[in-house]
Amino acid sequence: MTTPAPPDPPAPPGPPAPPDPPAAPGPPDPPADEPAAHQAATRTATRAAVAVGVATAAYGVSFGALATAAGLDVWQTCFLSFVMFTGGSQFALVGVLAAGGVAAGPSAVASAALLGSRNVIYALRMSPVVGSGRFTKLFAAHLTIDESVAVSVAQPTARAQRVGFWVTGLVVFVGWNLTTLVGALIGNLIGDVSSYGLDAAAAAAFLGLLWPRLKQLQAQAVAVGAGVVAALLTPVLAPGLPVIVAALVAVVVGLTNWLGDRGGPPGSQTAEISPIEGMPS
Amino acid sequence: MTLWQIIILASVICFALKFAGYLIPPALFSRPTPARVANLLTIALLAALIAVQTFGQGEKLVLDARVPAVLVAAGLYALKVPFIVVVIVAAAVAAGIRALT
Repeated sequence: MTTPAPPDPPAPPGPPAPPDPPAAPGPPDPPADEPAAHQAATRTATRAAVAVGVATAAYGVSFGALATAAGLDVWQTCFLSFVMFTGGSQFALVGVLAAGGVAAGPSAVASAALLGSRNVIYALRMSPVVGSGRFTKLFAAHLTIDESVAVSVAQPTARAQRVGFWVTGLVVFVGWNLTTLVGALIGNLIGDVSSYGLDAAAAAAFLGLLWPRLKQLQAQAVAVGAGVVAALLTPVLAPGLPVIVAALVAVVVGLTNWLGDRGGPPGSQTAEISPIEGMPS
Repeated sequence: MTLWQIIILASVICFALKFAGYLIPPALFSRPTPARVANLLTIALLAALIAVQTFGQGEKLVLDARVPAVLVAAGLYALKVPFIVVVIVAAAVAAGIRALT
């Protein structure tokens, strides 16, 4: 595969993140009483945004290749990156379609939607940050993904948070779509999927999305539980359904907060965004 | 459903979810429990997809070249090897085992 090598994975964006300033309601842009400090913060945000954006965009190649291997044509693959534009859901959709074909369509849609549900929380978090106006929010919604939010919340000032969000979102969007096209064209050239190990590559790609989220015991328990449930149900249920049923593990553990961190300050678990290491959304 | 319908429907839903976050009152969802469930849903779905993608073949469970490939991938992620490299190595491991057996 002639995959463009991504640059070194960016260090976690920006300087060591200071404790999150609460996304303050009110004017997003305080009067610049210290223009120099503001400019420095904005520059740092831009640098982090570009680094994360470029690194992440490179993974579009694997998505493009896997999507065409799952039976999508180049247009369909590119449509997903352009319109859906949330990597986890895109990988989930083509993963389920690869296993169950078009017959597993409802499960594929449900998997993508469930994986996209975290974007609701991200959007809530970004709402006071991105700026005002209906069209602004509309575009912001499209760019609300793991990377843009992670870079944004790591910035110290309101302006830097906004710059971080928009620059990361735009760089990832452009790069992700271009590299998806490259991957889809490569995937089209490759014939038999399994002899190239692309099926194993899909599993490895999912693992890459999951890995940075496994820092806490609760997360690890949910991952193991859901994996076991999905595997055990595979011989019993139609393709795609085991994944949906396994999601119930998250609902049960989430509602009961089993193995959860009860001692933390109130609100410590809201909008939990794991710092990413250049992982696609 | 045709493939295009699946793709369009899923894309519209995913966008609607993102936009919903900008429309609904923050107090409704930013409490710990919904945020925790959304967070864990991501983890559960990814883990379930890994399990199915590693062991599933249609409606059967099989142990084949994908298993060592995923184990190698896990080791490489633990060593903080970049995503794209891990994915390529995992594919190579599976392809290599298949070529040799």
